[in-house]
Amino acid sequence: MLEVTSISKSFAGFQAVNRASLAVEKGEIVAVIGPNGAGKTTLFNIITGIVKPDSGRVLFKNEDITGLAPYEVCRRRISRSFQIVNVFQRLSVFENVQISVLSRARKTWDLFTPSARLAGGETEEILASVGLLTKKDRPAALLSHGDRKVLEIAMALGGNPEFLILDEPTAGMAAEETFRCIDLIRKLSRTRGLTILFCEHDMEIVFGIANRIMVMVRGCTVIQGSCEEVRCNEAVQDAYLGGSNICLQ
Amino acid sequence: MSRKTIWGLSAGIVVFLLFPVFLPRFYVYLVSIILLYGLLATSLNLVLGYGGIFQFHHAVFYGVGAYGTTLMLTKSGLPAALAFLTGPLVSAAFGLVLGVICIRLSKLYFGMLQISLGSLVWAIVYRWYGFTGGDDGIHGIPVPELLASPKSAYYFTFIVTLASLFVMWKIIRSPFGSVLQGIRDNPLRSEMIGINVRRHQLLALVLAGFFAGVAGSLFVVVDNTVFPDMLFWTLSLEIVIMCLLGGWFTFLGPMLGAAAIVALRTFVSGYTDYWALVLGVIMMLVIFFLPNGILGYVEERLKGGLRAPQSEER
Repeated sequence: MLEVTSISKSFAGFQAVNRASLAVEKGEIVAVIGPNGAGKTTLFNIITGIVKPDSGRVLFKNEDITGLAPYEVCRRRISRSFQIVNVFQRLSVFENVQISVLSRARKTWDLFTPSARLAGGETEEILASVGLLTKKDRPAALLSHGDRKVLEIAMALGGNPEFLILDEPTAGMAAEETFRCIDLIRKLSRTRGLTILFCEHDMEIVFGIANRIMVMVRGCTVIQGSCEEVRCNEAVQDAYLGGSNICLQ
Repeated sequence: MSRKTIWGLSAGIVVFLLFPVFLPRFYVYLVSIILLYGLLATSLNLVLGYGGIFQFHHAVFYGVGAYGTTLMLTKSGLPAALAFLTGPLVSAAFGLVLGVICIRLSKLYFGMLQISLGSLVWAIVYRWYGFTGGDDGIHGIPVPELLASPKSAYYFTFIVTLASLFVMWKIIRSPFGSVLQGIRDNPLRSEMIGINVRRHQLLALVLAGFFAGVAGSLFVVVDNTVFPDMLFWTLSLEIVIMCLLGGWFTFLGPMLGAAAIVALRTFVSGYTDYWALVLGVIMMLVIFFLPNGILGYVEERLKGGLRAPQSEER
């Protein structure tokens, strides 16, 4: 479904992504792992159009989407959440998701219909599916960190995506919130048939929900394969464990 | 809308309609000025408070609207109604042109570029004696008979301001308004949910330019003059202060700010030439103690009062 071929990007001489490649099939959950600064977020930014790559191609459903603006990428039904929480702080939880739904319905140029009357049902459905319905009237700024990360996912769902990119969905969450978030990701994959690409530092989560894993080190793809293959790969062990020859548990 | 707000609004409208009956002429003029400045500040707030765009030279659109209407009235010989429509439309078009140039820059840089380009327009108006009257401006503008008396000018200003405020209120409550506020809070996020951020900002700038032009045309009706100071950058600063003082995250805050500043300028300048000093001190106090402005503070208190019992119920 998504095919990234030999993507490179450097920032002021620093090679953030170096000929990385990645393939995701429909319905899969794929994890990208790698040490801090490996280029995971930059890779996601390139796929979603926030950063323009120096070279390489991004194909989505056999269509070249390299270098499209983020809003155009979104309209091809790729949605994402961010590592650092990106929500509309002054607006309510409901409005945060509603704007996303309105945007997908292409109603954002409507100047005179009151927003309050539009897209309420779908918005509430999404909020219910992620468990935020009871907090819908709260300003996003007053949510807990964990809830804001979930709100991000809800906003991404507002675009009715086929392909969901999650940048460290559980970062900074308390243990219980993390479990709920993992359940949510599994549920989204199962019930909505979403294809999911995510990156994460917690190996337990990665091996728990991913079908396949791509490992990045210093901007390069080290390996992409099943959990088993990755677990016993020497290069991965080098990167994570400084060369000691123990299988990751 | 609840019954209470409808009653409150109607009462307010009646009070404003009765002003010319019992207020002396000078005060009728003053309230007209407050209304049109309030409209001007509200139009700025559409992009500043709701859109998060640093529109630092809003006065240009006000001035362009006023000059547009005036030049149509004095030079074209076309019907006056057409002139009053032309002014705001020219401002809107100018908003589009300036917007297309400036919107490529973000935040403060947008504001800086706008100030410099706007000042260029001011310089042209200031110098072009043959067309704009140069630094003398244009006086004794022939407004239609119907609007010539201070009373009728007041009623015209009041009705147009009310209608404009209503339209802006509708816009803020519309999907476009929601999206605009989303862009203010987080442009990257907006882009990533499929919104073409620049285009939405551009439309907001055009709308703000239009309503600033309406305010400019109203000034022509009320004062029968135009002068280059109307598009000087110090006025822009004053309009920004109106928004901040009144509360830039509230709808009526800018109106309140306009009332406060016009009143201050009128009454304090009778005692001292340094009325701006008084304004400066007030502004500092507001920034330190009421960062959301006067109305923003009131709203916070009201909401706080309403929220407390709700949370007890749960």
